Amino acid sequence: MAITLEHVEYKYNEGTPMETEALNDVSLEIRDGEFIGLIGHTGSGKSTLIQHLNGLMRATSGDIRYNGESIYGEGFSMKDLRSRVGLVFQYPEHQLFEIDVFTDVCFGPKNQGLSKEEIERRAKEALTLVGIDESYYKKSPFELSGGEKRRVAIAGVLAMKPEVLILDEPTAGLDPRGRDEILGQLVRLHDEQGLTVILVSHSMEDVAKYVDRIMVMDHGCLVFDDTPRAVFAHYRELEKIGLAAPQVTYIAHALKEAGFPVRTDVITVAEAEEAILCTLAMDKEREN
Amino acid sequence: MGIIKAKNLIYNYIKRDEEEKVEEVSEAVRDVSLDIEEGQFVAVLGHNGSGKSTLAKHMNALLLPSEGTIWIGGKDTKDDDALWEIRQTAGMVFQNPDNQIIASVVEEDVGFGPENMGVPTDEIWQRVDECLKAVGMTAYRKSSPNRLSGGQKQRVAIAGVMAMEPKCIVLDEPTAMLDPNGRKEVIRTVRELNQKKGITVILITHYMEEVIHADRIYVMDEGEIAMEGTPQEIFSRVEKLKSLRLDVPQVTELAYELRKKGLSLSPCILDIETFVAELTDIWKKRTGSSTAKAAAAGPASAE
Amino acid sequence: MMRDITLGQYYPVESPVHKLDPRTKLFGTLVLIIALFLADNLFCYVLAAAFLFGVIAVSRVPVGHIVKGLKPIIFLLLFSVVFNLFLTSGEVLVKFWIFTITKEGLIRSGMMAVRLIFLVMGTSLLTFTTTPNQLTDGLEKSLRFLRIFRVPVHEIAMMMSIALRFIPILVEETDKIMKAQMARGADFETGGIIKKAKAMIPLLVPLFISAFRRASDLAMAMEARCYHGGDGRTKMKPLRYQTADRIAYLILLAFPAGMVALRLAA
Repeated sequence: MAITLEHVEYKYNEGTPMETEALNDVSLEIRDGEFIGLIGHTGSGKSTLIQHLNGLMRATSGDIRYNGESIYGEGFSMKDLRSRVGLVFQYPEHQLFEIDVFTDVCFGPKNQGLSKEEIERRAKEALTLVGIDESYYKKSPFELSGGEKRRVAIAGVLAMKPEVLILDEPTAGLDPRGRDEILGQLVRLHDEQGLTVILVSHSMEDVAKYVDRIMVMDHGCLVFDDTPRAVFAHYRELEKIGLAAPQVTYIAHALKEAGFPVRTDVITVAEAEEAILCTLAMDKEREN
Repeated sequence: MGIIKAKNLIYNYIKRDEEEKVEEVSEAVRDVSLDIEEGQFVAVLGHNGSGKSTLAKHMNALLLPSEGTIWIGGKDTKDDDALWEIRQTAGMVFQNPDNQIIASVVEEDVGFGPENMGVPTDEIWQRVDECLKAVGMTAYRKSSPNRLSGGQKQRVAIAGVMAMEPKCIVLDEPTAMLDPNGRKEVIRTVRELNQKKGITVILITHYMEEVIHADRIYVMDEGEIAMEGTPQEIFSRVEKLKSLRLDVPQVTELAYELRKKGLSLSPCILDIETFVAELTDIWKKRTGSSTAKAAAAGPASAE
Repeated sequence: MMRDITLGQYYPVESPVHKLDPRTKLFGTLVLIIALFLADNLFCYVLAAAFLFGVIAVSRVPVGHIVKGLKPIIFLLLFSVVFNLFLTSGEVLVKFWIFTITKEGLIRSGMMAVRLIFLVMGTSLLTFTTTPNQLTDGLEKSLRFLRIFRVPVHEIAMMMSIALRFIPILVEETDKIMKAQMARGADFETGGIIKKAKAMIPLLVPLFISAFRRASDLAMAMEARCYHGGDGRTKMKPLRYQTADRIAYLILLAFPAGMVALRLAA
């Protein structure tokens, strides 16, 4: 069981002439343990969507269920939902405020009303998960590098022990090293801790490499919801809504058009390499 | 001497404690020498903390070297009297689009630089018109910057720098905070300015796909220039780039991997066209012309 | 959305009012304020209304848009109306429990409400038709005589225009940080005043840090664009009075004169 959205709609300034629809009849299901990529150009409604998943925004119509229970139902605790569905905003390092790294990470569990030992245990665990060791605990968060700050901020959400972790462009503004570190840690969290991860990203290459399901938003609608391979097969449609497939997909299509018979459903460099070698090898066999 | 020339440039960040005593000295730029010719499109690559932004700030005399010298348009940046001349020669665009737009109306922001330089009113208007047109933002001239997308804001910032009629524009990670479409917008604009107006461009970035058209690339690491050359020269050294924790475009990586497997591809392929042409060549040679024709007909009829 | 705050936001249409010199409009606003406090009978208010709505019509800013700007002062408005309504002595109209409503109170609170509404509409019309930069330019030039007293007029004007530019950005940022802390379980709504004040720390610290970062970035960007104070600076939009301004000044002088005349006549 997990999160289900049923015909969710959200309108800004409802009832005024400035009414704009940010979400339009979105229905979907997020199952336990999935690693989902959420893509869409700026303003497509993906940020609005993720803020609905932990109750920071309230749907103007439709229903959202968490483990079968409506989050808009009476007696449903939003606070509880927010600790189960962790949301890491864009540039999360901008929310750091405490005097040192460790205290900052404790903020979330403290709000959950846990005992001091439990708070510290969780903070330690979360910091270890993001690869921040003890020598950093007493440092001011503002002294750290961009990538480190971001990992501390992510630890701040992880310390609440969420079941679902949503990250809005966690790699924005980072260099390839910082990006690989963060994405690598997400994969580990997913594989080892069994966390459900939703990754909002602008990088098709990253999404293709890591996730097992892609949701595509456009103008507040969910337009695709499938495996990366199936979604990127629609690369022409994706282009129309300001997105694209990974470069290797284009390479494969270009090769095929030029007369090199290769599989076109490749989405990573490794796959493309294999497909090309496979074509060449088959040909050799035929010769023999 | 080129438009920007640095000789043995060193810059130390000095961290002081509360009593103003030196606590720590870190070398952000170590012994960098370079010479950039007028009209070139130069890219400076490197991960965060490699010293590339510190170097960029020297090109506008926002930072002065701890040791060594940097000349902008032949003027030493340590020369106080040349300060404003230097800043007019080398304009600067920064990373955060919100934090460099001063005025609340697009056209007024573009006019800000010329106003500071004391340009007569009529000419300011002329320059503003021209620069907004050059970056394709004329339609938004009366808008508030807050209503623009990130890419549009950066184009306004570029127009604001252009209006000062610099010989050279230094862009310090102008695309780091933008989405892919915004990135393309900005890079397209910058390339056009370079090609049509002959403005020297120094683009600082960590996105590799933005630099494949550069005339020259400098790769920085630990404050030093770790690699230098044309895009072909740089991208042919995939292993070295990876050790510096930088990406290569997927097509380059793919070609590199296939070459390792023994395929006879050129050492550095930067675009899909070349890659496809070379691979189909190999294919044709292997299969002979007759089967190649059949294969070419195959997928076409299948689709 | 947050970036659509109406108060103090320029409304970009072309109109004769938009084209007026900001000094004319500043003077006009001053005249309106004085005139409104001179008004003491119905005819005066009719004249003020004619003036205000005349200007609004010429400005081509929709009345609805200006009315929306009244929202933030609703509380103040109600307060002063209630205050005047119940606490003015005179001919008693209605009386219940400890409240009495008098004829004078009714008139006075009505006038007060109209006065306040007109005042806010008039001043917001100024900001709707004048960009913050023009406004500060106007203030800078009008107050230039203060430089004799070593008042840094240019610097103050520059600071004002930058503040105006960054207010919407910071408001949006506040919203973002608030949500981010709420996602970490922060509670900004419940609890007593001390608990609430304490709950603001996770919001205020990041906000200040961000404001300082923006300020230092902006200072650098300004320096890179050769900003070095007001000396030797030219203007893209220098202030020069046009024929329209001269006409406007005539109207602006006639308006309070008419007001005084109506006051005396009544």
